[in-house]
Amino acid sequence: MNEQENFQQDPQEYILECRGVSKFFGGTHALEDVDFHVNKGQVHALVGENGAGKSTLMKIIIGLYKQDKGEVFFEGKPYTVNGPAEAIKAGISMIHQELNPEPYLSVAESIFLKREDTIGKSFLLNKKETNRKAAELLKQFNFDIDPKVLMEELTLAQSQMIEIIKAVSCNARLVIMDEPTSSLDSEETDRLFRTIRNLKEHGVTIIYISHRMEEIFEICDSYSVFRDGHFVGTGKVSEVTTNKLISMMVGRKFDNIFPKEEVEIGDVAFRVEGLSGKGFQDISFEVRHGEILGLSGLVGSGRSETMRAIFGMDPLTNGKIYLDEKEISIKNPREAISKGIAMINEDRKNYGLCLFRSLRENISLPNLESRQPGLLIDQTREKKECLDASTKLRVKTASIEADAFSLSGGNQQKIVLSKWIMAEPRVLIMDEPTRGIDVGAKAEIHALMCKFASEGMAIILVSSELPEVMGMSDRILIYHEGKLNGEVSRKEILDGTANQETILAKEFGGK
Amino acid sequence: MEKSQEKKILGMNQHDFSLFMKRYGIVFVMIGMFVILSVSSTKFLKMNNILNVLSTVALNGILAMGMVFVITAGGIDLSIGSLLALASTTIGIVLQATGNIPLSCIVAVAVCTFFGLLNGLLVAKFNMFPFVVTLASQLVIRGLGYVISGGYSFALANPKFSQIGLGKLFGVIPYPILILLGIAVISYLLLHWTKFGRYIYAVGGNINAATASGVNVFWTRVGSFVISGLFAGVAGIIMTARINAAQPNIGIGYETDAIAACVIGGTSFAGGISTIPGTMVGIIIIGLIYNGMNLIGISSYWQTISKGLLIIGAVMLDSFINKKR
Repeated sequence: MNEQENFQQDPQEYILECRGVSKFFGGTHALEDVDFHVNKGQVHALVGENGAGKSTLMKIIIGLYKQDKGEVFFEGKPYTVNGPAEAIKAGISMIHQELNPEPYLSVAESIFLKREDTIGKSFLLNKKETNRKAAELLKQFNFDIDPKVLMEELTLAQSQMIEIIKAVSCNARLVIMDEPTSSLDSEETDRLFRTIRNLKEHGVTIIYISHRMEEIFEICDSYSVFRDGHFVGTGKVSEVTTNKLISMMVGRKFDNIFPKEEVEIGDVAFRVEGLSGKGFQDISFEVRHGEILGLSGLVGSGRSETMRAIFGMDPLTNGKIYLDEKEISIKNPREAISKGIAMINEDRKNYGLCLFRSLRENISLPNLESRQPGLLIDQTREKKECLDASTKLRVKTASIEADAFSLSGGNQQKIVLSKWIMAEPRVLIMDEPTRGIDVGAKAEIHALMCKFASEGMAIILVSSELPEVMGMSDRILIYHEGKLNGEVSRKEILDGTANQETILAKEFGGK
Repeated sequence: MEKSQEKKILGMNQHDFSLFMKRYGIVFVMIGMFVILSVSSTKFLKMNNILNVLSTVALNGILAMGMVFVITAGGIDLSIGSLLALASTTIGIVLQATGNIPLSCIVAVAVCTFFGLLNGLLVAKFNMFPFVVTLASQLVIRGLGYVISGGYSFALANPKFSQIGLGKLFGVIPYPILILLGIAVISYLLLHWTKFGRYIYAVGGNINAATASGVNVFWTRVGSFVISGLFAGVAGIIMTARINAAQPNIGIGYETDAIAACVIGGTSFAGGISTIPGTMVGIIIIGLIYNGMNLIGISSYWQTISKGLLIIGAVMLDSFINKKR
C-alpha cells in the first residue's frame, strides 16, 4: 500500500511496536498477523469499524488479553504484562470510554490509589502529604479543583481529567484514550484537546480511538486503520482525507452469501414517530409485514437504545408507537409481548436466558401467560411445544431438560429465538442476533429470518456487521449519534448505487 | 437432537452425573445418617421416635417451605421468627376475647401474611435489600408482639385449641405432621407446577432475563414474601397450640433453622435453584441431627455446632458443583 511507502520511519522512534500479533476467540480471528507501530511523541489515531480489532489490540497492550501469536515492543524492549496494573508500572495507561471512578474517594485519594503516602513506615495514611501532592499535580494541569472533593461530585469530563492526571503521575509514556469525547460537550472537548497537546509537549505519546472524523483531523498526527482483525495501513493525518479513511475501513467482503428471499411486502405493521429517549432523538420509521428492516450504525449510536425503549425496557421521553396503524403504549416488556412484539436482546447472558434453568423453562417463560390458561401448568403440552420449537430451530442438545448453560453460544441463541418464535410475534426485533456464534448457526438463523418474514412477520434487524445488514435487509436505516442519518434500499445495494462505503460514511455522519 | 460423546461415570455422562449428584447427593447424606443412627441407637427406629422426629421438624418444616420461595426468588426473610411470636400473641388476644378458635387462627395468619406483604412491598417497590428490610421488620414485628400482649405471656387453658399442636389423627399421626405434609404438597404444586412458581425461578435465576421475558417481577417478588409470612402464621398456630400459651418471646432464631433446611436441601443462595423435595430432605436432616444426637447422648451445644458445620458443608458443595459447570 502506498500510504505505507510514503510513511517510512526510523524504527528507533517507535514507542510501541507490534509484530505479527494474532488473537483467536474460539475459531474466529479477532486479530490476524497485525504489524502496528506508534511513533514517539505523536497523537496516533486508531480507526476502524465495529469489531475491526482495535479494542482487542488495546486490551492486549494493557494486559487484559494475551496474544496467541506475535510480539509487542515498548520503548524498544520486549513487553509482556499481566493486567493493567503491570501495564501502568511499565508506562502504559488507558483511559476507558466508560469511567469507573470510586465515588467515595476524594480526588487526591483517587489519583494516588494504591500509591498511598504513609506516616513514616507505618500503615497510617499521610493524608496531608497526599493532598499536597495532588494539589501540585492539579495546578500543573491548570485544573482548578479541590483535591479533597469526592469523585462522585465531579462531572464526567472532570473525572476523565483526573484519570489522565493519574496516568501522567504514574509516569505513563503512552496513554490510550478510547472514545474520550463520546460524552463530552464541545467546550469540554476543547479542554481535553488542550490537555492532549500539553501532554504531547511533555513527550507523552497518545493512542486516540475515535469514530469522530473531525476530531481525528484536529488533534491527531498519524493514523492506523484496522479492518476485520487486520492492520490495513498507516500514514500522516495531513496526507489523508475522510473518504480515503472510510474506504480503507470498508472491506469485509460483501459477497452476498445471505439466503435473503424476496417475499411479498404487505401493509405497515409497525410504525414509530418522533421517538426520543436516552441516547436517541426524534426517531421515526415504519416496518411492513414481510419486511426485514435493518438498523445500522456504530456501537453506541442509539440503535439498541431505541429498541430497548420500544420494548419497554427503558423509558421513552417522547414519541408515538403504532401497531397495525393503531397507537399503542408500552410501559414494560410484558405489555410489548402481549401486543405481539418480541425482542432478542443483544446481551444473551444477561437478558436472554436463565442459564441455570432448563431449556424447557427458558423457552416457555414468555409464553406461559398466553399458552397456559389453567391454574397448573400442563407440562405435557409445555414439553411438546418446547420440543417442537427447539426441533424446528434445530437446537443441538441431549434433552430439553438440560441447563441452558450446557449449550454452545449458537445453540443458546437458538433457544432465545425459540422462545420468541413460540410467542408468534407480529413484530420481531433482533438485536445482534448472530453475535458470537459460529458460521453454521449464523446461516441457519439467517434462513429462519427469511422464513419468518415470508410468514408475514415484520422484522427489525440491528447488527454491527455491515454485510449482515446489507445481505438480509429490505431497507436499511443508518444511525449517527442518536439520530437517523439516511436510508438505503435493497435495490440500491443490489444495483450498486449503495455500498459499504456509502453506508459507513453515513454512520460517520456524512451524507 | 444429537447426543455428544463424553466421559462416562456410573453409566452417565459427566454432565448428567454432576446433575444427579446435585439433585440427589443430599439424599445419600440423609440415608447415611439414617443408617448410622439405626446402628448406634436401638431406640431410633421405634415408631414413636420417628413420629417424634417428624413432629419436631413440622414447625421448622413449615417455616422452611415459606423460606424456600423467598430464597429462590433471590431474597431472604429474617422476620419469620418474630412472626411466630406475633401470631402467638394475636391468637391469645382473639381467643380470650371471643373464644372462637377458627377466628383466632384466621386473624393470626392474616396478620402474618400482611407483614409478609409489607416486607415484599418494601423489597420490590423501593428496591431495598431483603436482608436489611427483614432485619428491621423483625424488630418491628417482635415489638408489636410485646405491645399487644403487654409484654406478658399468658396461658390459654384451652384444651381444644392445644389439640392442634398435640393431637393425633386416629391417635397415631400428630396433626402438625399432617399440616406440614399439606403445606409441602401446596408448596410443591405452587413452585413446580404453576406459572407463579416458574416466575419465582426466573426472577431468582436472572432478574433481567425475567423482565425481558415479560415476567411481572414486582408481584413475583412480593408473592414470595407473602407466602413466607402466611406459612409463618400457620407455624405460629402450631407453636402456640403446643405450648398452649400466648408468648411474645418465642421463635427467636427460628429463621436460622429454616434457612439451614433450604441450604442443606440444595437451595442456592444466588437464587433460581431449589426444589421442594430437596428442602424436605434438608428439614429431615436437621431433625435427625437433633434427635440422633439426643439419642446418642451428645449435648445440645454440639448439635448447634454440627448444624453450623453442615450448612457450611452444603454451601461449599453447592459452590463447588457450580464452579465445575
